[in-house]
Amino acid sequence: MAYVGKDIPHDSAIGHVSGESIFIDDIPPARGELLCDFVGSPAAHGKLISVDIEEAKGVAGVVAVLVAKDIPGHNKFGPVVKDERLLVDDVAEFLGAPIVLIAAENRDALREAKKRVKVEMQPLKPIFSIDDAIAAKSFLGPQRVIARGDVEKAIGSSEYTLEGALEVGGQEHFYLESQAAIVYPGEHGAVIVHSSTQHPTEVQSIVAEVIGVPFNKVTVICKRMGGGFGGKETQAAQPAAMAALVATLTKRPARIVYNKDDDMRFTGKRHPFKSWYKVGFDKSGQITALSIDHYSNGGCTVDLSLAVLERAMLHTDNAYYLPNVRITGQVCKTNLPSNTAFRGFGGPQGVANIENIIEEIAIKLGKDSLEVRRCNLYGSEEIDPQIAQIHADSEEKNLRKSAQSADEISSRLETPYGQIVQNNTLPEIFEKLPATSDYEKRRQEIEQFNRRNRWQLRGMSMTPVKFGISFTKRTLNQANALVNIYTDGTVMVSTGGTEMGQGVNTRVRQIVADELGISYDAVIMSATNTDKNNNTSPTAASSGTDLNGAAAADACGRLRNRLAEFAADFVFNDGEAGIAASAENIAFEDGMVWDKRRPDHRMTFEQLVCRAYIERVNLGERGFYATPGVDFNRETGKGHPFLYYTNGAAVSEVLIDRLTGEMKVTRVDLLMDLGNMINPGIDRGQVVGGFIQGLGWVTTEELYYAANGELMSHSPTTYKIPNVGDLPPTFNVALLDNSNNTVSLKRSKAMGEPPLLLGISVWAAVKNALSYASEGEIPKLALPSTGERILMALTSYMKERVAESA
Amino acid sequence: MSTSSSNRGISRRGFLKGAGVTAAGAAIGESAVVAFAEESAPKGPKIVGPKPLSVSLKVNGAEKSAAIEPRTTLAEALRVNLDMTGTKIVCDRGACSACTVWIDGTPVNSCMTLAIDAQGKDIRTIEGLAMGDTLHPVQEQFIEHDAMQCGFCTPGMIMSCAALLEHNKNPSLDDVKTATSGNLCRCGTYPKVFDATLAAAKMMKA
Ligand code: FES
Ligand code: FES
Repeated sequence: MAYVGKDIPHDSAIGHVSGESIFIDDIPPARGELLCDFVGSPAAHGKLISVDIEEAKGVAGVVAVLVAKDIPGHNKFGPVVKDERLLVDDVAEFLGAPIVLIAAENRDALREAKKRVKVEMQPLKPIFSIDDAIAAKSFLGPQRVIARGDVEKAIGSSEYTLEGALEVGGQEHFYLESQAAIVYPGEHGAVIVHSSTQHPTEVQSIVAEVIGVPFNKVTVICKRMGGGFGGKETQAAQPAAMAALVATLTKRPARIVYNKDDDMRFTGKRHPFKSWYKVGFDKSGQITALSIDHYSNGGCTVDLSLAVLERAMLHTDNAYYLPNVRITGQVCKTNLPSNTAFRGFGGPQGVANIENIIEEIAIKLGKDSLEVRRCNLYGSEEIDPQIAQIHADSEEKNLRKSAQSADEISSRLETPYGQIVQNNTLPEIFEKLPATSDYEKRRQEIEQFNRRNRWQLRGMSMTPVKFGISFTKRTLNQANALVNIYTDGTVMVSTGGTEMGQGVNTRVRQIVADELGISYDAVIMSATNTDKNNNTSPTAASSGTDLNGAAAADACGRLRNRLAEFAADFVFNDGEAGIAASAENIAFEDGMVWDKRRPDHRMTFEQLVCRAYIERVNLGERGFYATPGVDFNRETGKGHPFLYYTNGAAVSEVLIDRLTGEMKVTRVDLLMDLGNMINPGIDRGQVVGGFIQGLGWVTTEELYYAANGELMSHSPTTYKIPNVGDLPPTFNVALLDNSNNTVSLKRSKAMGEPPLLLGISVWAAVKNALSYASEGEIPKLALPSTGERILMALTSYMKERVAESA
Repeated sequence: MSTSSSNRGISRRGFLKGAGVTAAGAAIGESAVVAFAEESAPKGPKIVGPKPLSVSLKVNGAEKSAAIEPRTTLAEALRVNLDMTGTKIVCDRGACSACTVWIDGTPVNSCMTLAIDAQGKDIRTIEGLAMGDTLHPVQEQFIEHDAMQCGFCTPGMIMSCAALLEHNKNPSLDDVKTATSGNLCRCGTYPKVFDATLAAAKMMKA
């Protein structure tokens, strides 16, 4: 029985529904365990003058009060650039930056001690906004460029041009389980760290550096996370390092669990962007040239900002061919917690920009944005309908097509960074989705509705996604997996992939069961553990299953070959029956093993591995996988960064109250190409969940800061993530039948991040709705399109009209 | 603690004070609370705390007791004092429903309920929803419909959905939406939660 392709319930399903699943703070306290918390900087930017911890030390139950100089190893760290401090030693760069670390036996003592720490700072001028950072030239890293063609000239000779700026907001991860770690001290300076992290190897290296031991003395274990979404890729390391510091210095177990408010206030978020663009296009809406300058708000340190910016730049084309293009990018340094990875990793910000531009082109030309999108799509390599038509139809009726040779059209496959778009399923999606979602008919209804209705507005838009799969940093595209077979025939697998609900463990179990021809129940996944899998990549970039599944399959392949050889030589080798030993003929299926030439002569997998063990055959294997062919040169902005693309599109419709600005999403139709899904149930869950998260980002999730840089929206009472009331009443999710993705494991496609970008269709629908009220003017709309912003836009049109009629 | 009815009155006052202490943080120290307690003691009902007192709670049919401070929420008491960590705390202020448990059959946010107020009542948590090895139909259908991803909202979500089915054998989709309207799920499992709950309702009727 094959398990790949089946709806196997989530690996942790029973534990989750029964409350038995253990998250970090569910681990029972160990003897002598200490609770940790920190006192942070009262200023967003300030120089530390003095710290008085004497009184705090005196609080009963307090065991340690630590400052930067107590750190035995380095205080400096960072995933890319070592510009972060565990504890502020000189200048604090964001409000709440940890200065004093406190460990106590109980929560009351901790609270009391926090109050008694006295910090004196000399405030320095802070920078919070992208505009202020640009004015002050406060940047992190160099400006990057991806370019092709003579953009200035092409824009100059374009029939139409548009320019403008788009502000795209950040997003709080709001994983339900806040950052958490427990550290147990071991012998000779070693520590065991339980961390809610997407990147155990990173936690390992930072903990090691902070406590001043080699990497091999730090073991990091992650059983699962209560959500990650990118927020635990690099930023799980700080709490783990704090607990490790306490455990090392006190020789007692130490636990740190941020409360939700602190987690929201003091950890990084999705990068806000501000981008300035200038676009040239022809009367059909086809883009002739695009120049765009992205600025992201990186917060106070580099963290992953450069890679996030890079992915934003690499996704500024989204699904569209841009013949002449210049995309620049620069990370702004501000006095906010360092912004970090968030599902989509810059991709959504890049895509929001081009989709905004497309909407504006459509409004300017008075066309339906679907038409504009269609004529800008990348071609599809094998059966390019445009090429086919040109060859077949020498009369070339279509104006636009006649202007181009087949060669020129076939070159509509090259991305600005030089990678050729292969197996593009978007033209097919653009055929199917408008039909299944009744696009044309609804467009007419919407137009009529908006003409007649004074109090409400409707809008609709279809936006696609072409999401590049692979880490753009080549090194990270590797994984190892350990597969151990025990003599009862059961198997334990460990990989570097961490489980945050996305189902990587379930999919790897399915793959291993199939590869070894045993039952799914005979395979279990161990917690992700740096002493089993070393130098692992973060579980990120949607690639958790692609990489770790492939590594596990590699291990299984070698185990199976070894067992087949053993079986052929020792078990099924039957000279008398005239059957020569032949490993190729050994079959593994349904927990049974046999020689295909003698199907009636079978033994169980358990019997085989028992015999193999007795005959001293190695029953463990380590698999490895490195994604072939991917590479990208960030200096030149050229390369082949992605193994393949995951495609999809969404049509969203919204209804707006003209008097209050209240917006409701009334219908969403999604169509995605996920190849051959490994676990359709879980994969669909990723699509729906990702879309909803994107919907929140573009509509209600607004980060609001006070003038001193303090985040005011730091709990679900003030920060609005989607709940059941925000779901579209009609929500159709369909998947394209496609098994062409030969480059990936089991012809599947990664789906962790791509559906989030489809949320942008809702924002585009709002912009579309506003265009009916603005009467030909291009409505200016920032992202998220909160009710307040919608109302302000609507009011401005009303004012204009009142002014006109007066 | 003797009768539950008189206790309720006291502890509501206690709750207000407790909330004041947490919110005001540095401003009001422990001494302020004691002073207030002493001053109002002769007039009003008996003031308890702030020192721990012995509290007994009936959780999933079993009597359990622990020494806890009166300001302790039920969520904290369950997780910290009674080692029942199935109930999750996220926002700790009644805005996410991750901490949902039943009190006398009604779903409540246990982070907004004082443990002492739950004395003498029937508390049911996620750990007590299954009958031995037999999962509650809602639990079963959550598995069947992949109605969970990371699982952190799941205990609260299931307690909300199962409570609905205890009271309403024929829920509509809207009923399920209303029942889960306070439950936040960042993984976005909502549509699957609806499917699972409606399927469980069918199963319970059959
Ligand atoms: S933790 Fe109780 S409602 Fe959020
Ligand atoms: S399953 Fe992750 S929050 Fe609901």
